Amino acid sequence: MKVLLAGISGSLARQVALAIRDAGHEVIGIDRRPWRDAPKGITVHAVDIRKRAAEDVFRKARPECVVHMATINALTAGGEERARINVGGTRALFEHAKNHGVKHFVFVGRHTYYGAGPDSALYHTEDEPPQGMGIYPELADLIAADLFAANALWREPKLVTSILRLVYTLGPSQQGTLASFLRGKRVPMVLGYDPLFQFLEESDAARAVALAVDQRPRGIFNVAGPHPVPLGSIIGYTGRVAMPLPEMVIRQLLGRFGFPNLPRGALEHIKYPIVVDGKAFRQATGFVHKVDEVETLRNYRLLSGA
Amino acid sequence: MARDDSIQDLVNRLELPFNALGVDPYGISKKHLVTFFKVLGWMYRTYFRVHAQGIENVPAHGRAMLVGNHSGGYALDGALVIASMMLEMNPPRLAQGMVERFINMLPVGSLWSSRTGQFTGLPEHAERLLFDDRLLMVFPEGAKGTSKLYKDRYSLVDFGSGFVRLALKTKTPIVPLGFVGTGDAVPTVYNSSFVGKLLGVPYVPFTPYGLAAPLPVPCEVHYGAPMIFEGNGDEEDSIIVGYVDQVKARIAELIADGRAARRTRLGGGTS
Repeated sequence: MKVLLAGISGSLARQVALAIRDAGHEVIGIDRRPWRDAPKGITVHAVDIRKRAAEDVFRKARPECVVHMATINALTAGGEERARINVGGTRALFEHAKNHGVKHFVFVGRHTYYGAGPDSALYHTEDEPPQGMGIYPELADLIAADLFAANALWREPKLVTSILRLVYTLGPSQQGTLASFLRGKRVPMVLGYDPLFQFLEESDAARAVALAVDQRPRGIFNVAGPHPVPLGSIIGYTGRVAMPLPEMVIRQLLGRFGFPNLPRGALEHIKYPIVVDGKAFRQATGFVHKVDEVETLRNYRLLSGA
Repeated sequence: MARDDSIQDLVNRLELPFNALGVDPYGISKKHLVTFFKVLGWMYRTYFRVHAQGIENVPAHGRAMLVGNHSGGYALDGALVIASMMLEMNPPRLAQGMVERFINMLPVGSLWSSRTGQFTGLPEHAERLLFDDRLLMVFPEGAKGTSKLYKDRYSLVDFGSGFVRLALKTKTPIVPLGFVGTGDAVPTVYNSSFVGKLLGVPYVPFTPYGLAAPLPVPCEVHYGAPMIFEGNGDEEDSIIVGYVDQVKARIAELIADGRAARRTRLGGGTS
């Protein structure tokens, strides 16, 4: 089967591409960013998903399945460009899929869709609406992309659509939201808070997406693996030093003295947990993680030289 | 009487699925539990000298819902019920309360309530914990219960009905309990919502001696036989209210039993 992977040059998407190829499929990638040493069996087209050239790839390659990993998730990224890529790009890919005979669309979103807050329940299920947009409006474009993809379930009944809400990932690429947060030797925490973080080892996350390609589950699915772990333990077990600071102080430090320039609402994500229930995905695909939380943290500690 | 096992041993014997980091799927941490119960154990055994009766009525395994009364300014009685489940039961059980939302908004309060399994009172939390065969602790009077004044300490205010619907839906036995003593430990004469607003809490209780520091008053907790009702939780309000009233009446009896036992213990004085 021909699988088109949008956003293939991303660190996790490259591992997804390899997992899909290893499952016996032909992988065609599109991305504005190059993947110079793309391995055999994977073709990469350096095009923007919103431009005409992207549609040309659909026209010529006639993929049967599209995996959409071309959204920007970084908390530090912001502004209109991010919204255009996340919402406009998602719309363009669905249009191309509809016009060029695609049978299965996999949207790879994030569990941050649910939002974090003091009223938020542990273990979100797929039927819950997003919360916390009032506190953290910068997430609106990612949520809009997720909801737009999800309404393809009724808008495009002939297209099998799988919406995946993936937890954080941690692994060899040392990329991603959680890895970025753990980049320094000292990691800030909000004093008096220690939220649970849920993560998958990158190879497990890649395998989960590849499984969705194979199994074609229709619907919305949280993708989770091992137990969630308190942030303080993640910091300790990856060899970092927690630096608990009062919230008022952290707010003043954002964007200064080497602290990331995060929107203020992002602080909710290091005060309160976002934990999802991955049961529906496990039942639909048989997915079981191979690397547990302790091994993931231990490996990450060795990888990142801490 | 409370057993003599060390707190660490009791925490190790909890039948919860802790991982290699000592954390369960809800983020309950062995390390935090040990510290929590060292403090709570001292309060239970030494400061408040709590006597528990009918502990055998609490199922040793599987889902159950402890339902009781509040009194005394803040949820001191809830904390002592949690201690009683840990210190008196064999094997020990962790009672998980449904706490007021503001706790999770407070620094430190958020961390400790999360690590010790005392989650915000959301229906999603309660249902999930019961389906996971946990021991849920519910005070259907809510904040109105803790804000009772000293003179009303043995009375019961209105009960919410959500706990009965939940018990029916999840096929959970309700274990009623009557708690006596915390209304004397924190003899509230006035609740200030103004000071509460300044501190980010619903109200702050005041006692004749000023701040609501608890007095070392002996306490009594009586557990009744499990109550099991027929239904699926979708029943009309009139049926549910009937079940709620039965639980409330049973709790009132247990409070009366507790008062009598406490009177005997104190040598016939007032209780």
